[in-house]
Amino acid sequence: MEILAYAAFFLTIALTYAIICLGLNVQWGQTGLFNVGIAGFVGLGAYVSAALTTPDAVERIGGFDLPIALGWLAAMAAGGILALAVGLLTLRMRSDYLAITTFGIAVALQLVFQNTESLTGGAFGMAFIPRPFSSLQGEAFAFNALNLALTAAVVLACYLLLEHLLRSPWGRALRAVREDEVAAQALGKNPVLLRIQAFALGGAIMALAGAVQAHFIGFIAPGNYLPMMTFQVWAMLIVGGSGNNRGAILGAVLVWAIWALSGALISEVFPADQQARAASLQIVVIGVMLCVILLWRPQGILPEVRSVSRHLGRSNKDIET
Amino acid sequence: MNPQAIIDGLISGSTIGLGAIGLTLTYSILRFANFTHGDFLAWGAYLTLTVAGILGGLAAGLGAPVYPFSFGWGLPLAVFGGVLLTVALTLGLDRILFGRLRARGADAIIIVMASFGASMALRSLLEFIFTAKPAYFTKALQIAKPLGLGMRATPDQLLVIGLTAVLVVILHLLVTRSATGRAMRAVSENPSLAGVYGVDVENVIRVTWIIGAGLACIAGVMAGLLVQIRPYMGFDLLLPLFSAAILGGIGSIPGAMLGGLMIGLAEAFAVQIVGAEWRAAISFVILVLVLMLRPQGLFGQKGA
Repeated sequence: MEILAYAAFFLTIALTYAIICLGLNVQWGQTGLFNVGIAGFVGLGAYVSAALTTPDAVERIGGFDLPIALGWLAAMAAGGILALAVGLLTLRMRSDYLAITTFGIAVALQLVFQNTESLTGGAFGMAFIPRPFSSLQGEAFAFNALNLALTAAVVLACYLLLEHLLRSPWGRALRAVREDEVAAQALGKNPVLLRIQAFALGGAIMALAGAVQAHFIGFIAPGNYLPMMTFQVWAMLIVGGSGNNRGAILGAVLVWAIWALSGALISEVFPADQQARAASLQIVVIGVMLCVILLWRPQGILPEVRSVSRHLGRSNKDIET
Repeated sequence: MNPQAIIDGLISGSTIGLGAIGLTLTYSILRFANFTHGDFLAWGAYLTLTVAGILGGLAAGLGAPVYPFSFGWGLPLAVFGGVLLTVALTLGLDRILFGRLRARGADAIIIVMASFGASMALRSLLEFIFTAKPAYFTKALQIAKPLGLGMRATPDQLLVIGLTAVLVVILHLLVTRSATGRAMRAVSENPSLAGVYGVDVENVIRVTWIIGAGLACIAGVMAGLLVQIRPYMGFDLLLPLFSAAILGGIGSIPGAMLGGLMIGLAEAFAVQIVGAEWRAAISFVILVLVLMLRPQGLFGQKGA
């Protein structure tokens, strides 16, 4: 029973990463936008939702005791608005300016989480974030299983929404912009507008993931949203297969499993005083893995299903022969 | 306003400027935003520290401080070794990673992503080898001497500013007067056209890495000498480096240096107003302002 409870706990965390990955897939996989500030968007969602739903606390502003669902919605709105602002600022310029700006956003938000004690609790973070099904907290398995079901439902909802959008005219236009901006423009699509929309949608989903994660764990601190997280999520999407929503979910679970297992291995093998040092090897491994996949199998485990272009290729050949 | 901020700003600005020159060169010639550049600074500092340790083991007298500085002859000697090793590191990385992606014709943004992965791996490797504990080139203490107008600086700090000025002038002459510099500018404007006209593009790329890595190592040593050496020192400098390169205009060496000094000064003055805990946000604010008001930077060309 204990192992099952742990498995449910593990899967729930992995699925919150899957939500982030789905958000990133809209930005990178479908649109080709390189976001290096994922941790900032996730953290923003977590903090916004926490500020709205925690019980009133003397030492800080916020604590409105609102329902969890409202916190989730507010998180999405905050993430979407931030992404919209970043998009408006950088998406007219060369593609790596977006990367640099999002990197800066994550650094700046990290400082805000860290330094505005009256809002975020500073380095100590925020506790008593309401957890879904908290009345069952005594029974580890039931509690974890129900939370797993809830998180899985969120993943499924995001997945279905994104798959629907992918097949819609909007999704086709998005890929057209990614593949050939000039051609898409010639057909009357506005590349900058499409990119901004995709970036905002992805940012909203990432912030939602942050809120879901915060409510599941019940506690947040600035240290959860370091560049490390951004890097893990990138590894997940690239391993799973960018452009493929199922690949994004698979990559999240797989990389999180590698991460958790290697972490457990390190705590078994290394003495306590060397563990922090050995943990940095984990990051080296993931970094090398990311580079190796970019070199040898850039499409990841589950490659993108090229619905439109494959169809076009076939009909062109038919005409020629 | 405390005039000491001018000296503090110039000192940290020197480090940022030297780092930003390497970044702006790789950006304009190799055409990607290199997220590993910050880690080249950290690796340069640690490699120099290692060489200095070996030298100190060979000849104990090298560690004795040379008046008026806080370090002995061992450190300037070690810097040569550190620069060579840092150059080897970047050329090696280009060979196994960036060069292959380039040869495959990968999108610039894929190379940026690879640099992001490599940056994480390199930094954590430093943490694994040297642990997260800060290290120092010297344990000697220095007294800051008054310079007039209420400003003070240690001899080490003045040396850093002077050395930076000399390096920038040499580099500027190299790029504007020599054949290599001309080839570099040609590749930065149009790599295929430069290749057609007989410019050895691979050689230009090599020279770019050598200059970038050499300056990164020296900047890392300067930061390590004046503050401390940490595995994350380069990563923490990455945002100021990018802001300085973009503020100066991508590809412009004087621009990167000037941008670095401006960021250093802005940080030093702003810290007095908003407090040191917000230091890292200042280069971000400058970056956003530049992108809004003058995205091509001070010396950049329009449409870049």
